[in-house]
Amino acid sequence: MSNFWSGYITVLTLVTIGLIVWLLFATRKGQRPDHTEETVGHSFDGIEEYDNPLPRWWFMLFIATIIFGAFYLALYPGLGKWDGLLNWTQEGQYEDEVAQAQEQFAPIFARYADMPVEEVATDQDAIRIGQRLFATNCSVCHGSDARGAFGFPNLTDNDWIWGGTPEQIKTTLRQGRQAAMPAWLAVIGDRGVRDTAGYVRSMAGLDSENVNLEAGQKVFQTNCVACHGPEGKGNPLLGAPNLTDDIWLYGSSMLQVQQTLRYGRNGNMPSQQHLGEDKIHMLASYVYSLSQEDGEVGDTDRPKGK
Amino acid sequence: MNHEIVEKNLGLLVVLMVFAISLGGLTQIVPLFFQQETTEPIEGLRPYTALELEGRDIYIREGCVGCHSQMVRPFRAETERYGHYSVAGESVWEHPFLWGSKRTGPDLARVGGRYSNDWHRAHLINPRDVVPESKMPSYPWLQENTLDGDHTARKMEVMRGFGVPYTDEDIAGAKEAVEGVAEIDALIAYLQHLGTVLSDRR
Repeated sequence: MSNFWSGYITVLTLVTIGLIVWLLFATRKGQRPDHTEETVGHSFDGIEEYDNPLPRWWFMLFIATIIFGAFYLALYPGLGKWDGLLNWTQEGQYEDEVAQAQEQFAPIFARYADMPVEEVATDQDAIRIGQRLFATNCSVCHGSDARGAFGFPNLTDNDWIWGGTPEQIKTTLRQGRQAAMPAWLAVIGDRGVRDTAGYVRSMAGLDSENVNLEAGQKVFQTNCVACHGPEGKGNPLLGAPNLTDDIWLYGSSMLQVQQTLRYGRNGNMPSQQHLGEDKIHMLASYVYSLSQEDGEVGDTDRPKGK
Repeated sequence: MNHEIVEKNLGLLVVLMVFAISLGGLTQIVPLFFQQETTEPIEGLRPYTALELEGRDIYIREGCVGCHSQMVRPFRAETERYGHYSVAGESVWEHPFLWGSKRTGPDLARVGGRYSNDWHRAHLINPRDVVPESKMPSYPWLQENTLDGDHTARKMEVMRGFGVPYTDEDIAGAKEAVEGVAEIDALIAYLQHLGTVLSDRR
């Protein structure tokens, strides 16, 4: 803040306070000190006004607010560049608050920081912490029961698009994931889409009407194996899902599979790096625990897997 | 001065009232017009693209600001949930400000990059599809309406008049950049940019 504006604010503030003090005393002067029956002399619609002084308690309240204001301006930054005797700042107060929380919560996170995810996943307290973190940060897409939704993976089954080891889960959390299933309509045509959809469904044991499975297989072998593998088992490095199981992120119906093939799918998990390593550790443990069979982890009230 | 003179001369009363009221604004508001913190953009800030600007106008049209603020206050409870508190330098090119004051829904100042485009699409069309307990209205028409871009260039010129540094190329390519795009995509482009410039997001 430049000296000019600092001075401008200071002068205006102090002059205003001065004016208020002057007004308070100037209007008090000349008023009679005691109560009377006399009026100030005007009458509006027959309503008149007693010419009495300001009640004393009220007058003193005015004085008190002015004194309060003076103290406030001395203690806190209000007068331009004046920092105030307390050296209070908005940022300082915020940072104190954060430091206090850090002091309170850091030991809790520290308890788990060196434990491997598999072990944290069996700790009931840790799971409760993870559940809260999950509810705040993850449930919006994956659901509060972590079962996902159309286009958002279910985290309670042990089926993984990007891999389900603790380190893979952490990588997903830290860096996010960007899936890239291309649109195939221009390459394989409408008939190709239909046949391939039928073939893909057949790999999962689903029957489709009016498709040429052989043609579909040919398209699959030419175009799809690079990511999904020759047997359609997928590839967690590319986020290519296993096509042979009964888990379908974008639906298994003929129409849905064709839609996927025609226009592609670009699922995106945003990076959660901003949460910090402590919370990522807790979240990874929680998510890991969800996918484990009952009995493998402690008896918590987590949503159960299979 | 006799009180009666003031009370019985309307013109004088008005002048004195305006004087008394304006002192507060002159002291608290006017200096902000000249402070670096409030007038200089933060590092890396860029004007909205034509598409984001149209998305912003849809945000205004649909009244999003009535339920969503765009102002993370400097309290830990807020920064834990939303990210770094808002700073004035982020808003220097906002006309009008969309800070809002009502949080029926969450604050959106740092929603950019928080969810995927797919999520936003599903959520705008029917919020209950992804957040079952949501009470946000559905906006299904956003995917059917498309932008014509007729006024986009003019809007950017007006923004330039306010000091937003749009270049001539920005304005020349405005219509082309938005024509035929679904409103939902413009809105998502806007949302995905919100609050992403401040690098320290926690």
